[in-house]
Amino acid sequence: MNPGLHQALIAVDTTSIGPGMAPVATPFFFYLLSGLAIAGGFLVSTRRNPVHCALALIVTLIAVANLYLMLYAPFVAAVQIMVYAGGIMVLFLFVIMLVSIERASRDRRFNRFWPVGLATACGLMALFVSAFVKGRALFPDRMIAIPEGSNTQQVASMLYGEAGRMGQYTFAFEIASLLLLVAILGAVIMTKKKI
Amino acid sequence: MVPITTIHYLVVAAALFVLGVIGVLTRRNVVIVLMSIELILNAVNLNLVAFSRMWGRLDGQVFAIFIVVDAAAEAAVGLGILIAFFRNKDTINVDEIDLLKW
Repeated sequence: MNPGLHQALIAVDTTSIGPGMAPVATPFFFYLLSGLAIAGGFLVSTRRNPVHCALALIVTLIAVANLYLMLYAPFVAAVQIMVYAGGIMVLFLFVIMLVSIERASRDRRFNRFWPVGLATACGLMALFVSAFVKGRALFPDRMIAIPEGSNTQQVASMLYGEAGRMGQYTFAFEIASLLLLVAILGAVIMTKKKI
Repeated sequence: MVPITTIHYLVVAAALFVLGVIGVLTRRNVVIVLMSIELILNAVNLNLVAFSRMWGRLDGQVFAIFIVVDAAAEAAVGLGILIAFFRNKDTINVDEIDLLKW
């Protein structure tokens, strides 16, 4: 990469980078994507048919993956779309097919304690709003620009290590693969008819 | 227009979190409760990646990847439990899952 461009990118307002790297129409995309994510989340919590909820959750996951792209995290965005929207939601749809009897989708939507749940969630929202209002001074006004193009390599070097050394999270990565093995075994054993 | 800063992303993550909490606490269908838990995990992921952008380090993104892995494992096991329970009791209603009640 151009070394002069590197120096120009450090701690600079995002509108004054060179033409190849400046983000375009950031507020429009941010409000569009966050509106989609929040609308999808609202539909997940309130639709009667579980398949509608699953589709709304897929919309939310893809909107959040695009928000990761806006936050200069392309690897996490790709992992989110492939694993979350492409794996976990397909699993949910299969289970909905297996367990959703017709009676369940014509039942009442909310359980017996829904006022308590709603009051708790409103209290939680009030707590978040007070935290954001009180802590506004902690966050900087502008976001610094980050050079693109090496995000995946840097994440990979943190996960796998480089040049014979271990990365910071190599041990956690191995533990995560062990966790997936245990989850696979648990799911298979639990759904067997005769153990 | 106001430039988009970290707080904007945190507000979106908080809204998704509260919507997930509403789904967990108020829905009757167990599958939808599990989907709301996934929504909560996504809100936490968005928070982590926003902070990773704010500080310029990649630890938040690596932690977000681990949370995605963990959510996959948890969804698989939770749905396995649900299928086993459905096979025994033929209901997916949280109001009727009360075998451990006193």
